Amino acid sequence: MKSESRLLIGAMVMLGFAASALVVIPYVQVANVAPTSGMKPYTSTELRGREQYISNGCLYCHSQQPRAASLAPDAKRGWGRASVAGDYAFDTPHLLGTMRTGPDLLNIGARQPSVQWHLGHLYQPRAYVPGSIMPSYPYLFVIKDQAEPGDVVVHLPEGNAPAGKVVIATPEAQELVSYLLSLDRTHPVRAQES
Amino acid sequence: MSTSVILASAFVLSFVALLVFIWSQRHGLFSRDSTGANVIFGAEEIGRAEEPAVTSTAAHALQQQVNRASGKIAAPASASDLRTRAAADESSTPVVFFMFCAAFAWLLVATAAGLLASYKLHEPDFLTQHAWLTFGRVRTLHLNAVAYGWAPMAGLGIAMFVLPRLLGRPLLGGGFAMLGAALWNAALISGLASIAVGINDGLEWLEIPWQIDVLFVAGGLLVAVPLVLTLAKRKVEHLYVSVWYMACALFWFPVMFVVANIPGLHRGVEQATMNWWFGHNVLGLFYTPLALAAVYYFLPKVIGRPVQSYNLSLLGFWGLAFFYGQVGGHHLIGGPVPAWLITLSIVQSMMMVLPVIAFTVNQYQTLEGYLSALRYSPTLRFIGLGGLMYTASSLQGSFEALRSVNAVTHFTHYTVGHSHLGLYAFVTLVFFGAMYFIVPRVTRREWPYPRLIAAHFWLSSIGVAIYVIALCVGGWLQGEAMLDAGKPFMDSVSVTLPYLKARTVGGALMGLGHLVFATHFACMIFNLGPRRIGATLLGEAPAGAP
Repeated sequence: MKSESRLLIGAMVMLGFAASALVVIPYVQVANVAPTSGMKPYTSTELRGREQYISNGCLYCHSQQPRAASLAPDAKRGWGRASVAGDYAFDTPHLLGTMRTGPDLLNIGARQPSVQWHLGHLYQPRAYVPGSIMPSYPYLFVIKDQAEPGDVVVHLPEGNAPAGKVVIATPEAQELVSYLLSLDRTHPVRAQES
Repeated sequence: MSTSVILASAFVLSFVALLVFIWSQRHGLFSRDSTGANVIFGAEEIGRAEEPAVTSTAAHALQQQVNRASGKIAAPASASDLRTRAAADESSTPVVFFMFCAAFAWLLVATAAGLLASYKLHEPDFLTQHAWLTFGRVRTLHLNAVAYGWAPMAGLGIAMFVLPRLLGRPLLGGGFAMLGAALWNAALISGLASIAVGINDGLEWLEIPWQIDVLFVAGGLLVAVPLVLTLAKRKVEHLYVSVWYMACALFWFPVMFVVANIPGLHRGVEQATMNWWFGHNVLGLFYTPLALAAVYYFLPKVIGRPVQSYNLSLLGFWGLAFFYGQVGGHHLIGGPVPAWLITLSIVQSMMMVLPVIAFTVNQYQTLEGYLSALRYSPTLRFIGLGGLMYTASSLQGSFEALRSVNAVTHFTHYTVGHSHLGLYAFVTLVFFGAMYFIVPRVTRREWPYPRLIAAHFWLSSIGVAIYVIALCVGGWLQGEAMLDAGKPFMDSVSVTLPYLKARTVGGALMGLGHLVFATHFACMIFNLGPRRIGATLLGEAPAGAP
């Protein structure tokens, strides 16, 4: 090859092909898709919790995209129906994820609506799920001798709290749980949305 | 007309266009000899081994192997050719040295973070008191230190060294690249710090906040300045295949990086497709071409034999450029994205077999009959194994994109195994090999301890073998367990535990190899160890050798 301009123009055209297929056309097709019926925008608390989800890297082990029954038994595991583009209308940045070291979380709020369960599970996952390899997040909690007014006390299963102390959830832990509870895409999808 | 018909016809059209394009660039596409392949050698130099990574005695033995394989005794390169090459090497020395020092630092940082993340995955209560040490952040620090630290610093350093040699003149504007590399590293330090404290953009591969990304773009553009200046004033007519890869990588990356990081533009599912367009292309259109460029240069150079079937590399290059760009969608198989996009990505993933085969044939024919040289040349050993792993990881990747395979492996550790086959066993091993060649040129002395090179090779290659095999087997079992609705989810976790532990062992071996390599490099810089300067510089045979 003798001409560098021919080389570079060719290379950019190739990248252009790829960008139009994977970025431009999807942008035109789905970037402004309407939310599926029954979805509400996140509250500011939930959005702060979403920031916690991102900053602690939850997305590297949890996907948020249940697959269709033809591909995987996600629905049978209680993870919900296959998701559609409209389910993510309020999701920026997207948190679809690529790993299932832990289960899919797109419908965790519907599957496990207990605030106490989530707080305790974040403090020590193995107190609830034996054999879990999820990290514990002690830095999202404060250990006190006794609770003060306004504190959210975490009620852990026997033997999991430090002896004689109480475990208090920080605002960050509470926000993260409120985001997890907001994850509920169980509403049915109308035909034109899928 | 249905979408599938439009899609199929668009595909056929673009494929035909690609073939016509390649045909228009060829000179005898399948002919076995081509003068283009000879441009990396001086006049009469073919048949001369160049391997600065070994002692002069070993270089002599290597030359004898080459003589035996080629059946003739080559004349030494002419003095004027050697002078041009020495001037080229000298011109790039400061910037290459700076980039390599940074590469070593990031290699060690990335190794530490990766090893810690791997250990935490089977010991989840280890070091949990501090937010910045949680798995989610340490893992991300590992990825970013590799993606924006080790790989680009090593790859660009190699490119800065090879370009002036290939363009037949000293590097112009090396100072710009130096400034660019400094900016780039400053950006990475702030980016990693920001991830550690929990501020990030939330997209895999694009975690570093866009405010910091501006610095990366400025740094990247400055690094490309010497490429443009030196290209414009080049002394050779034919651009060697390595130049195609390096030049395009340097232009592709900034475009992708800017498009991917524009704040506020990408939303919802479109953001996910963009995410994997970038995430996969940064591998395929940045690290891969930089590593392939190194293979295409160093492999023939070490054994003193031009690439055979040189024209096949046209097919390899344009095939990669065309097909690879569109494969990213296979990360979203089964996801909430348009079906045509998934199909397109699966088809292009399979089409990637074509350029990969073209590359493999090229390298195989070049090395054919010269395999004994592997015993004498560390550069060749690293690069030969790395090149072979390019074939392996690409084929694995193509099949992974198939729906039936993907249903099992997607969302599992299998993917992580695959990515390390690509970015470590291929890209990183090739970079190691190239660095063993280049560092003696930069520091003007030989590697003091040949045994350390051998130790590094075996630690790295055995380590990565354990790593990849463990995660591929463990990931596959994990996927099978997850697809079995009769098994509780926790079965898919517990089945992986022995494999995750094996991965930590493999990773520890790799890490040990990196320590050996970094120590050896430090010996070079600080002038420690036996001193045998001069003998192998510029690949001249010692006095009295044929």
